[in-house]
Amino acid sequence: MKQKLSFTLNGDRVETEVEVHWTLLHLLRVHLELTGTKEGCGKGECGACTVMVDDKAVNSCLYPVMELEGREVLTIEGLADAEGNLHPIQKAFVEHGAVQCGFCTPGMVMSAKALLDENSKPSEEEIRTAIAGNFCRCTGYIQIIEAIKAASQGR
Amino acid sequence: MEEFTSIGKRIAKGDAQDKVTGRAAYMDDLKVPGMLYGKILFSKFPHAKILRVDTAKAEKLMGVRAVLTGRDIPPIRFGFLKDNVPLKWGKVRSYRDEVAAVAAINPDIAEEALGLIEVEYEALPAVFDPDEAMQEGAPLIHEVDARGNPMESNVLPLPWKLVAGDVDKAKRESAHIAEDRLKTTWVTHICMGTMGIIAEFDLRNNLTIYANTQIPYLAQRDYNDALVAMGLKGSKTRVIQPTIGGGFGSKLDTYGQDYIAILLAHKTRKPVKIQFTREEEFFATSPRQPTIINIAQGCMKDGRLTFRDVSMILDNGAYASWGATTPSVMMMPISSLYKVPNVRYIARCVYTNNTWSQAMRGYGNPQATFGIESNLDHLAEQAGIDPVEMRLINSNIPGEVTPQRFKITSCGLKECIEKVAESLDWESKHGRRDGRGVGMASLIHVGGGARVYKSDGCGTIVKVDDFGTVDVFTGATDIGQGSDTVIAQVVAEELGVRVEDVNVVDHDTEVCPWDVGVHASRTTFVACNSAIGAAKKVKEQILELAAGYVDIEKDKDGTKREIKLDDDPGNLVIRDREVYSKRDPEVKIPIGKILRGSHYRTGGKMVMAEYFYDPDNENLDREFKGNLSMTYAYGTHGVEVEVDKETGKVKILKYVAAHDVGRAINPMLLEGQIYGAVSMGVGYGLTEQLTFDKGECMNPNFRDYKVLTAKDVIPVEPIIVETVDKDGPFGAKGIGEPGCVPSAPAIANAIYDAIGIRINTLPITPEKILKALREKEGKKSE
Repeated sequence: MKQKLSFTLNGDRVETEVEVHWTLLHLLRVHLELTGTKEGCGKGECGACTVMVDDKAVNSCLYPVMELEGREVLTIEGLADAEGNLHPIQKAFVEHGAVQCGFCTPGMVMSAKALLDENSKPSEEEIRTAIAGNFCRCTGYIQIIEAIKAASQGR
Repeated sequence: MEEFTSIGKRIAKGDAQDKVTGRAAYMDDLKVPGMLYGKILFSKFPHAKILRVDTAKAEKLMGVRAVLTGRDIPPIRFGFLKDNVPLKWGKVRSYRDEVAAVAAINPDIAEEALGLIEVEYEALPAVFDPDEAMQEGAPLIHEVDARGNPMESNVLPLPWKLVAGDVDKAKRESAHIAEDRLKTTWVTHICMGTMGIIAEFDLRNNLTIYANTQIPYLAQRDYNDALVAMGLKGSKTRVIQPTIGGGFGSKLDTYGQDYIAILLAHKTRKPVKIQFTREEEFFATSPRQPTIINIAQGCMKDGRLTFRDVSMILDNGAYASWGATTPSVMMMPISSLYKVPNVRYIARCVYTNNTWSQAMRGYGNPQATFGIESNLDHLAEQAGIDPVEMRLINSNIPGEVTPQRFKITSCGLKECIEKVAESLDWESKHGRRDGRGVGMASLIHVGGGARVYKSDGCGTIVKVDDFGTVDVFTGATDIGQGSDTVIAQVVAEELGVRVEDVNVVDHDTEVCPWDVGVHASRTTFVACNSAIGAAKKVKEQILELAAGYVDIEKDKDGTKREIKLDDDPGNLVIRDREVYSKRDPEVKIPIGKILRGSHYRTGGKMVMAEYFYDPDNENLDREFKGNLSMTYAYGTHGVEVEVDKETGKVKILKYVAAHDVGRAINPMLLEGQIYGAVSMGVGYGLTEQLTFDKGECMNPNFRDYKVLTAKDVIPVEPIIVETVDKDGPFGAKGIGEPGCVPSAPAIANAIYDAIGIRINTLPITPEKILKALREKEGKKSE
């Protein structure tokens, strides 16, 4: 059954029709063709689909679209500024070798963003906890943690 | 010290910006206009006759465009022994056997249609244990081979046997001998981007494939063979690779789903995409093969190794992919890790009704090294020699020719062992048995390509445009490891331009030259040598154009000045985008100006060159001997663990990974390879296993298959040993696989040092440790 939905996506107002059973991930990837957010498992286990809803990191593959009404969604596509300059977290990921195959990267960056928005000077333990739900098979996480630390210190 | 402008620099990965912004498009992100979605119906039995398949209901479902079964398809055979077909007919041999397939206008309808296909099976006796599968009277998995000849047993017709020297004599003469039986189990690659393929035919029946393959050019040949089987002789295949979300060896073959997509696309005349779900990725892709390892090693009183005797059984599963050939790589550490004069190795691969296996990072080396290095510590203890001393006594050295006839050129093994021992504070920490322990293990791996096919080559085309920017078309495939970056670095270094001036193109068989694929840690060595070859030719062309070139330069006050480069190209160099006269560095002209000049004059020319580099290494001969690689990578890992005797939990306190890499072209990406590989290697040692119950995968999800998370980060300290190999690109060796090879035995040895218990089956779970501790305590109290 289709229903009307309005919310804010990467700073823009969106009004659209959705099926009530859709997930946020389905809405983003299939309906709105924002494929920067990845599907790694579709079951809320791997974190590849992480986006922010009202400043919190969520697994968009589990997030029901009908919960979105009036909320603000930020995806990886909305992170660089209007001139296309990378967000400091994105920049730090590039510069610290935190990206290999890159499939986990958008979700990882969004988890890091949610963390640093809430806690601008996290400890290493807090960083690890924040990205514990984001699986990466390439990096062993070391350079990712280094990048998030660097971003938090303005390096 | 040589002065480099690009080599040795921590340069960010070429496509990192696209990846951090979500712009990079992976298989799952690709859509072709009019595309249908394919889905596969897998077997409900591990071994059964297919009595009847009824697709009528599925065909009638609205939105379904095609349904295929094994009855409907031409005789396409694939796999290393051509023992596999895309859709099965007659019988199924594993739970991942493809029985039927559907193409529909969306994935939901395709899924629904699968549920409407009726299949009637008659269960057959099945066998899941390779030991049992070898016994007389065991159910035959394949009654006939690919040529239709009857099979008499489940043992694959592969003669894996390596003999050097006289092992029996050496056994009699050894002062100490240690024997062990070890077991390793299935683990899987866990690529974050799952397998996917789009097949599309044009009106002339030419095929375009989009796939996240590691072997675009070999896959192209496989697909061409399929086109011939489909009666489409003369049709061509183009393979386009999107951004690849991890490889680790999983994509070194072509698979059933590839051919199913091709067949569905041909039947519907529409592009068809098959994208695996995570569950399918777990149970329907090929994991690392399990092994049963029987090993004995012996030494003299002084610790010098006398022999190594290994026999192995591999659970091949129901069909043969490259997993069945991993013994050819296991021979490498068995014959050539440490100096060991007498070697015997026999391996049997056995068909079972389990899943079938494939190469995975290390290609058999992690299993073999787990056996060798665990058993070596056992031997050292029997001989009363410190494990570090034992390894130093037997360390490989430059100039050595090993029993398998490997010619060891550069070799930093001794330095790796010493540095790891020093970093671990071995002398004071080893041998305390107080719940904390240290252990180490070393590795050898191919570091200079590996001639496993007739060719080990890679082609490169370098083209320079009239702004002085460089396009490099390479056969190499980037699976995240950074070949796009290191190739740009070596070309920039060779041509005297900056890394950001170099654009690497690497994803289309219609544009890029040939390569055998991204395997065997060969890409940095082979593709960079190839790129250097092409860049050298281009440099010559530029210098020829530049020789005697006259430029008019205006000073600030408007006076014109003539600049003329030396007439002899031999007296010219390119540095930082400008051509200089060696004799007078003040005389210089930007490359772009010279190149533009060449396009805007009569008799102008393109500045471009190609180069095919095929290393001077050898195929293994009939005795499985020969210099497989131009050079060999060495390394040693050391680990300090704490074992909780109450819970059996192993905590890694320190992890040192020393690697002889030849030269670090890009230390940041190099460290990334080591960190990632160690994380995978530690998972192999402690947490990961794909579990099968009577052939059925019991943990096809991230909850039950334990990959390490950020909470389990291993505190890896890489130690980079640079031996500057004479044949390597700027001295470099391969490093893709080595980092995951010695982790499991290093950990097993450290656990033994901590609590005096040796666990010989992977993964070393807390349950196994607790059980062994209880058994030990029980024995004490008796």
